Amino acid sequence: MQTEFSKEQDLLRDVVSRALRDKSPATAVREQMASDRGYDQAVWQELCGDAGLAGVHVPEAFGGAGGGAVELGIVAEEMGRTLFCGPWFASAVMAGTALLEAANEPERQALLPGIAGGSTIATLVLDDLNGPAGVGGSIRAAEDGKLSGTAAMAVDAHVADLLLVVASGAGGLGLHAVERGASGLTVEPLQVVDPTRKLSRVVFADVPARRVGDVTGDALDRIWDRICSALAHEMIGGAQHLFETTVNYTKERFQFGRPIGSFQALKHRCADLLLELEIARALTHHSARCLDAGEGEPYAASMAKAAAADAYMSAARAGIQLRGGIGFTWENDTHLWFKRAKGSEVLFGAPAIHRERMMTMLEGAA
Amino acid sequence: MTPDRIRREMSAWLDANWRVDRPLIEWREILLEGGWAAPHWPEEWYGRGFTLDQTAVVAEVFRERDVVPAAQVGPRGLASETILACGSDDQKRRFLRPILTGEHTWCQLFSEPGSGSDLAGLSTRAELKDGKWIVNGQKVWNTSAHHADFGLLVARTDWDVPKHQGISYFLLDMRQPGVEARPLRQMNGHQSFNEVFMTNAEVPPEDLIGGEGNGWHVAKTTLSFERRGFSRRVRGSSLDGPKQGPIYAEYEEELRIATEPYTWYPQREGRVDLVLPRARETGAIDDPATRQEIAKLICLHTGARLASDVAEARRKAGTTEIIPAGSIGKLAASVIARQASHVHTMISGADAMLSGPDSAADGIVAEVLVSVPAISIAGGTDEIQRNIISERVLGMPKGFRADQGPFRDIKRNA
Repeated sequence: MQTEFSKEQDLLRDVVSRALRDKSPATAVREQMASDRGYDQAVWQELCGDAGLAGVHVPEAFGGAGGGAVELGIVAEEMGRTLFCGPWFASAVMAGTALLEAANEPERQALLPGIAGGSTIATLVLDDLNGPAGVGGSIRAAEDGKLSGTAAMAVDAHVADLLLVVASGAGGLGLHAVERGASGLTVEPLQVVDPTRKLSRVVFADVPARRVGDVTGDALDRIWDRICSALAHEMIGGAQHLFETTVNYTKERFQFGRPIGSFQALKHRCADLLLELEIARALTHHSARCLDAGEGEPYAASMAKAAAADAYMSAARAGIQLRGGIGFTWENDTHLWFKRAKGSEVLFGAPAIHRERMMTMLEGAA
Repeated sequence: MTPDRIRREMSAWLDANWRVDRPLIEWREILLEGGWAAPHWPEEWYGRGFTLDQTAVVAEVFRERDVVPAAQVGPRGLASETILACGSDDQKRRFLRPILTGEHTWCQLFSEPGSGSDLAGLSTRAELKDGKWIVNGQKVWNTSAHHADFGLLVARTDWDVPKHQGISYFLLDMRQPGVEARPLRQMNGHQSFNEVFMTNAEVPPEDLIGGEGNGWHVAKTTLSFERRGFSRRVRGSSLDGPKQGPIYAEYEEELRIATEPYTWYPQREGRVDLVLPRARETGAIDDPATRQEIAKLICLHTGARLASDVAEARRKAGTTEIIPAGSIGKLAASVIARQASHVHTMISGADAMLSGPDSAADGIVAEVLVSVPAISIAGGTDEIQRNIISERVLGMPKGFRADQGPFRDIKRNA
């Protein structure tokens, strides 16, 4: 199995990193998080329409670049670093992965090129965002294919042209395509802790839908793993940003006649953060390689999600604490990353849930 | 030389020379002359100038053919590498050979009761009187000192210069009246170390190494070898299983004595390998709280291994960036060991009060619980590792120091 990034992968990271530094500075993040839509359409067109970032993991036959979880992770990591605002995670990662893992061939051919090229904004609607076991408990598909039920939270559903909904029905769980504006569909934007990732409540009242594939238990686990691996990458990028800016701050801030970074209380906390971050980063990159190679620990993605979430929150807490009062102000940017860390910590399963999922895979249920 | 060629040459040489009925030291004399005792050393000193990879091939052949190698376990490896790097030709001539043959064992005389993390703050005194260095002071944590022939000694020779500049490095004959080694008992009951008392001990001038006042530089050389895999050598040298032939009996006895201080080292790392078997055996595997802690341990353990693989790969690729692997790896080992100890305690419950044959895994778990505190101290405390990481890797500014200026004026332990 691969243990290092290839030259092409390093180049991809470099290109994405430069584009995002240019297109997603903190000023842009603040602008988008205050808007209802939550993203800049011109930037979306450049990054996804022109540069193809929504299709890095989609096979070339479906209009993508033919990469895998590693390439998807690279883009996610760089987006997380700059706190990119836009439906890339919902559309490319969540909806794209669901189609790749669960849709039948004609539907993949029909739906993936639009997502890969950025012209379709899609999202995956799940009625449980804590773990795969609870999915399908609320949204049901009737005999005639119509959907009823509620997803308490769906990522970027307010801007989605296409909703891919996992619902239970007579034939088990299925993936269902719903167009924006379908009759009986209500999308209500919610107030959120992290305004850089918009959430909506989605209510289905006999909504006409098209079943695009079966979602077996294995398929749902694969979808979950791939989304969690990408999310872990996004978190590592954000944690790295927080870590670097925090360490730099301690070198510049003077108290008691010396830089505060010369105090061991702060040095030791930074050293511990680096250790936690390095371990989480290694687990995260490993998870993508396991997914691409089809080998390694079956719980690699859960290790990554749990470790990255804990490392991100540690970096976020330290980011505020080591800045002191200024770190708690709205004006300082640290809270933007803190809130993304908090939201990402619990999206697709909080660390404790993933640790239990790991143990179940390793030893069976308790 | 390619690996194949090394194998061919070595095999031919072994066919002609290796015999299990030779006395151990006689065999090693032959090994030395043949140039296979320390192939990574330069040709003028018993070696062949091999790279580490080439040396690994030689070690492999030793193992495959069950051939007894040169003496390498214990602190003697530190001695030979230090003498090779910093010693005079006369010192190399006198000391290297009996180290490789196993005739001489060595110990390290660095730490003192008054200077642990602050090694350069040492206050053992060496004074030149009537053409001899006279040494007075106390050392501590001296593995194998009770049977060592020689010691690697750092002592202060100048009290009027800043602390790093007043240190000199000596090769001390341990077999003399002025040197006394007393075993030191640890909290886990083992006696792996000694205290060494020096009272008017003598060192001839030709056994000063690296020059007067240059001892800190030489000590850093020793420490760099210690970090670079001293511990790997300690563990990796035993031949698999019992072998027939008189030379093996001699060799096994040498190994037994040299490795005896390290029998509990796996326990201080937490025995992660025992966690799942113990959890299954006790039924703790079904306890949700314990499962959480086991999962955390697995994440730490797996992640630290992966991170160290990444660092190793980057080092091999010749990166110029600062790789924090050493200090991070050491800090990770501490975190892992503590978490493992915590999990073992959860798994054992009240049984964690028992030790020895009355306890789990014939006392191994109990030994874990009272040995893990050592891992975050030995070889540089966690706090020192954090200083190294924050200053050298993260570039954070150094703190205020109260130990500049002449050593004589620095406040120190009574």
